Amino acid sequence: MVEHGDIRVVHRGGSKINFRKPVITNDSRFLLCASGESVKVFSTSTEECIHDLRGHTDLVTGVLIKPSNHLQAFSCSADGTVRLWDFTDGILIKTYVIGYPIFSIHASPHHEGVIFVVTPMQGDKRSGELFQLVAVHLPQSGDQLVEARELSAVLTGISSNPAATVFGRGGEYIASANGLQLEVYFFKKQKAYRFSLKEDNKKGGKNTFTCVACHPNDDCIATGHEDGKIRLWRNFNHKKEYTYSTLHWHHSAVSSLSFTPEGTNLLSGGIESVLVQWRYNQENQRDFLPRLGAAITHIAVSPDGALYCTSHSDNSKELTSVIESKPLFLTLLFRPRAGESVGTDLMIDPRSKSLVLNGKPGHLQFYSLQRDKLLYNLDIVQQEYIHESGLQQFEVVKAAFDASGNWLATVEERKQKGAELELNLKLWAFDEQTQSFVLNTTISAPHEAQITGMCFSHATDSQTTMLVSTSKDGHFKAWQLAAQSQTDGPSWSCDFVGAYHGLVPECCSFSADGSLLAVSFQEVVTVWSPASWELLTTLSQPPKAIRNLCFGRLSCSKYLLGTTDSNLLCCWNLLTCSLEWSTSMDVSLLLADPLSENMAAFCCQAGCTDLFVFKPSEPRPLFSQKAVCSGMVTRAVFAPREEMLESCEESSQWLNRSQLYFLTQYMVNNTNRSAVKEKKSAVSKRLVIDDSVAMTPFYLLLGKHRQQQQGGDDPQSGVSAERTPLPQGSVAIKELLQTPAHVLPSTSFLCSMFVQSLLISVTDSREESKHAEEEMESEKEEEDSEEEIESSRTRPEQQAAVGGGEAAESAAPAMTKAQVRELRRVKKLDHSWLAGLLDS
Amino acid sequence: MGEFKVHRVRFFDYMPSAIRAMAFNSHTERLALVRADGALEIFNFADHYFQEKVIPGQDGRAVEALCWVGQRLFSAGLNGEITEYDLENLRPRYTVEAYGGPIWTIGSNKQGTLLMVGCEDGTVKMFEILKERIQFQRNLERQKGRIVSLSWHPSGTLIAAGMMDMIRIFNAETGKEMQHDPESREVVVWSVAFLSDYTIISGDSAGKVQIWDGLTGTLVRTHLVTKWDVLCLSVSQDESSLIAGTSEGTVVQFQFISSTVDQQEEEWVRTRTFKNHSHDVRALAHTETAVVSGGMDTQLVVRPLLDKVEKNTQESAMRKIALPHRSLVCCAKKAGLLLFQFPDHLEVWRVGESDGHGEENTHTHTHTHTHTHYAYSALSPCGEWLAYSTVSSVRLYRLQYNNISITKVGCSTLTLLPLFSVSVIVHTALFINTIKCMSELALFFSSSYFQLDKLSIVAIETTVTIYGSVCLQLHCTVPIYSSCPTAIAIHPTTSHLVVVHADQQIFEYSLVQKEYTEWSRKLQKQGLHSLWLERDTPVTHVTFSLKNPAHIILHDMFMFCIIDQSLPLPESKTLLYNQMTLRSLPEQERIRHSHAFKICKNFKHVMCVSLLEDHSLVVVERPLLDMMSQLPAPVRQKKFAT
Repeated sequence: MVEHGDIRVVHRGGSKINFRKPVITNDSRFLLCASGESVKVFSTSTEECIHDLRGHTDLVTGVLIKPSNHLQAFSCSADGTVRLWDFTDGILIKTYVIGYPIFSIHASPHHEGVIFVVTPMQGDKRSGELFQLVAVHLPQSGDQLVEARELSAVLTGISSNPAATVFGRGGEYIASANGLQLEVYFFKKQKAYRFSLKEDNKKGGKNTFTCVACHPNDDCIATGHEDGKIRLWRNFNHKKEYTYSTLHWHHSAVSSLSFTPEGTNLLSGGIESVLVQWRYNQENQRDFLPRLGAAITHIAVSPDGALYCTSHSDNSKELTSVIESKPLFLTLLFRPRAGESVGTDLMIDPRSKSLVLNGKPGHLQFYSLQRDKLLYNLDIVQQEYIHESGLQQFEVVKAAFDASGNWLATVEERKQKGAELELNLKLWAFDEQTQSFVLNTTISAPHEAQITGMCFSHATDSQTTMLVSTSKDGHFKAWQLAAQSQTDGPSWSCDFVGAYHGLVPECCSFSADGSLLAVSFQEVVTVWSPASWELLTTLSQPPKAIRNLCFGRLSCSKYLLGTTDSNLLCCWNLLTCSLEWSTSMDVSLLLADPLSENMAAFCCQAGCTDLFVFKPSEPRPLFSQKAVCSGMVTRAVFAPREEMLESCEESSQWLNRSQLYFLTQYMVNNTNRSAVKEKKSAVSKRLVIDDSVAMTPFYLLLGKHRQQQQGGDDPQSGVSAERTPLPQGSVAIKELLQTPAHVLPSTSFLCSMFVQSLLISVTDSREESKHAEEEMESEKEEEDSEEEIESSRTRPEQQAAVGGGEAAESAAPAMTKAQVRELRRVKKLDHSWLAGLLDS
Repeated sequence: MGEFKVHRVRFFDYMPSAIRAMAFNSHTERLALVRADGALEIFNFADHYFQEKVIPGQDGRAVEALCWVGQRLFSAGLNGEITEYDLENLRPRYTVEAYGGPIWTIGSNKQGTLLMVGCEDGTVKMFEILKERIQFQRNLERQKGRIVSLSWHPSGTLIAAGMMDMIRIFNAETGKEMQHDPESREVVVWSVAFLSDYTIISGDSAGKVQIWDGLTGTLVRTHLVTKWDVLCLSVSQDESSLIAGTSEGTVVQFQFISSTVDQQEEEWVRTRTFKNHSHDVRALAHTETAVVSGGMDTQLVVRPLLDKVEKNTQESAMRKIALPHRSLVCCAKKAGLLLFQFPDHLEVWRVGESDGHGEENTHTHTHTHTHTHYAYSALSPCGEWLAYSTVSSVRLYRLQYNNISITKVGCSTLTLLPLFSVSVIVHTALFINTIKCMSELALFFSSSYFQLDKLSIVAIETTVTIYGSVCLQLHCTVPIYSSCPTAIAIHPTTSHLVVVHADQQIFEYSLVQKEYTEWSRKLQKQGLHSLWLERDTPVTHVTFSLKNPAHIILHDMFMFCIIDQSLPLPESKTLLYNQMTLRSLPEQERIRHSHAFKICKNFKHVMCVSLLEDHSLVVVERPLLDMMSQLPAPVRQKKFAT
């Protein structure tokens, strides 16, 4: 019964933290960002992520400090709930069930007990274009889970963009822009004024509203527009005599606007990645904070006005201290180039063991997997990046490390319409003194066409390092380090140019000892000897071109594996020069673990990706898992573990030495309005082996629904409301110890629960202690939280089956009672079995 | 309407001169505008912004400021003189030397009793306005620098004067200086405005619009509007809106509005920016519904304020008046000659013969009148006679082409009566009859094809009067119409008088029957097509086809039109097809859709359309782009991202 369930995909990071506007707390100590299905709490002084507020079961669409209590924050989500958090301690206080997907949240201190949320228009579910602003009266109740059913629509037909709706001075009015119309609703008079702009003027400006901000003290509404203009509206309590002034600095759409708390300055940002500060009423005086790295998507100002936070399209946040006017810190969270075909493979820097991939435009980022943190960006292109849409600029498209990490090769290219392709091959040497890569050789136009593949010779013992690049111009070139002159030191030069019948080379691969080079020319694989540059043999498997090429490692180094476009995975034996075996599967990505014989193949089928791990010597896979993730896996890498794990489990042995990281990107939906479906962020996941605990009980029950996962959920939310006695002692104790005292229930209640949890299973606790011995604490926590995912994961689907009209929480009890009992039985059975196994 | 051989004339390099000053009279809704060459133009805003009067300028008379006092118009210039204009006879009535050096500014009090001028020598001189003249009253305390701008408080007791580096407030009654508001660095206060709540608003060469408390002399607010100069200010009648013209070509609006919805406290807030000029905005007028601006780029721009007018009406459309609303080109139909009238000289050109690839036009004569500028000019159809008028006289010349010469013909009788007239001289017979006209627009016409040959037409504002030309007896008066006539012509064969008005109405009047013709009545009954009425440039010239008497040719700035009186009039509800769209229709459709108004929009910025005797068409164009390219480079030009 032990399957491969012990190997799990864990979401490691990289979800968007720039999806919604961040919030700075009143004391400027924390920064709250919506990130996927959780809310992340960052410290503004140390940039560490302090809490991850988990609990929502769908995309978090808004974060807001509670106006009446600045130590609590609301978050809203597309799962139809609004949750109230204590963000300093990271605990959930309350859950308000609204019952409709929520797209943004607004509140004002002058509307006590009311929050305003944006939901789709009722009645017509299919029209995803129409939204309404609904006032929700929060019921006063002590319960954790509260249904808020007292809804009243305030504005209809508004935009779902949270930046397009904002409260005015003292909460007296609310301004909302949609398309070409600005609507201002006065609460006292209960009257709405609408102001429309023409679609575009003669000079070609586009007048569509993009964002709105209200002055805190004056009746002035600032609106940003598609053509980069900012309009300051005044006198908007008149139908006709309204007036506006226009400010124009941005050349592209204004993406965010914000007034400072005193109203003395207006901040604006856009694709130019320049934060512009306009003096209110003296708009000619502007201050600029340029070179912020990437297009600004949101601007937040701390309530004391001392900190500005800008979030950028490259998933970074930047905090600017107003006084010093320089960036305090930069949190760049794992920024894979979503939605772009170009880009380097995932690589592991052999020295720092960090993950290397495209970072800022023209940079490579070094990302520490252990610490989940960006180490640094290496500027490859070394040219100014111009922040303007539609410009073709140099991009790093290929990069490769040699085995020792002494050399880094990068290829950058720029393709402009009607212009020649510009290519540069750069070789970087690692400098021990500065502990960074220093440019050694730049080869401009190394090939006449795009470079399709590049690899270093992997032989660690050989004296000469060799780089092979293949290109669409029909050649592959070998580059070698040659000591040319005494003054300059060694530099790289071309050693050999090879071609095969004028065919286009696609992939290249060195054998483990560096004695063989395999280059695929469409459907033909040629094997060369790098020492003599002699064509040793050709292997061919018609009819389709080779897609991936990979030598086996260690004991399997005699094997060469290739995948073709005709859904074939072939394994050639190089000793006999014959096909050892082949199997039919649509492999999108094939890669070898450098530390073992194992190979991993990702197959894309029906929107999901399956993972197979096998040894070339044995046709039977070591491990296979269907539907590892949805969408295609484009990049993956084996990362060596810091310390080897001892695992006896056959199916998980392959992960003893290294971990497999892969990158997915799902673009479920491109319609910008329906934010629920929109998960543009590329998410990286990790396969983590969990040795001791077999299949989780929740997985047994519900594991078949493992279709999409990104990120975990909060263990306490949702389920904890339903679950009367905490089933597992460890969880109860943990919760007891970690939860702040002031939010805990009474001691008498706790005491009985605590004792009860101890009484339930002796075997459990024994098992848990062993568990703790064997694995790191952090992974256990992950496992715990992972358990909860499964339970909450299924709920939306159930709900969908019922009809979707019901609230998510109300659907939850349907699966309890009998199922929970069954679950417990399974778990007991499971654990006892496991204990027996361990004892033996 | 058949096909024509077209002489497309683009070598008339007429260049209007820059707009220097403006004054708007809100009672009569007339805008007085003065150009750099001293020419004065009066626009009637109530009558479709028609340029109804023009007084040509004179060399060496640069007018710097204008001021309406009731119906009277005063101007002052750098020659140190104050001039009052005679708007009936279209000439300066008298000039008064102020004896204070060049005058930079002129202003009157609200009561219309006093006139003040700011002089180079630092004095503010007060003149009493009498019925027939003005009389010096007194000097205010003399200052060190020149007085660049002046503004009178509505109560008449205080005067704010903008000078170099400072603003001074004078007591108008005692002549004492009260207090001053020092500026920090070397700046010229180009313009000041004194509001009734004792707020002074100044625009200066540092690019700032500053709001001062006039009682205490303290600075309330500074709005940095531009990096260069703020040249002029204008305040609306109700003092709720203010506009400032800058040397970047922008006009910036400020509004007096409350900062929060329910509060009464109001402040001046910068709101809109209009960018309609490429060069300095030298003159501004804030009418009730529109911002009127003009400057170095010679165009007069009327930009309606959309919060004051109904949207999507004719009133809400922006107008740019670039070409004069009168004909500066005269065509001698028989001889194929063109007469171009420039402000300071006349040119006669011969239309060349075309071989299909372009034609050679020859320049024949140039005539320059000393000092005074031309008002009107005309050429006889045979090309032998040339007549023109200036502010003071009418001259007649005989042209000889074989041995290019120009002879002055005795014009003793003509000079007796100063007049403003356009003369169209027919054949060799010369009929210039002068009328002591009280008129602004006087059209003078004579025709010998017609038995009433000695005939002249005088149009005085909205009245068209016909006189017999020999003894000046009144022949008849065309019924008065509310709008100004913009073009008048008498048909050479049928002797019908065709009048086109500023509101685009067309009338045909029979001079024999002394009544409107049948066609004209039909046209009035059916009404003109709305697209015709919505055109925003007036018809400046009417002429006739010699071959087909039913054809009337008229043109405005953007099109010319041949009205075929034999065809049915267009229905007001149907589309008004122009010739271009008609041509694309199939044959049957075309006949069904054809109507009396044959509009051709092939030519832009048309200054004259005339049919020569050989049935070829002369079209004189003056492309605006050419005009723009002849302008001097702007002093300051905004560059992207600055």
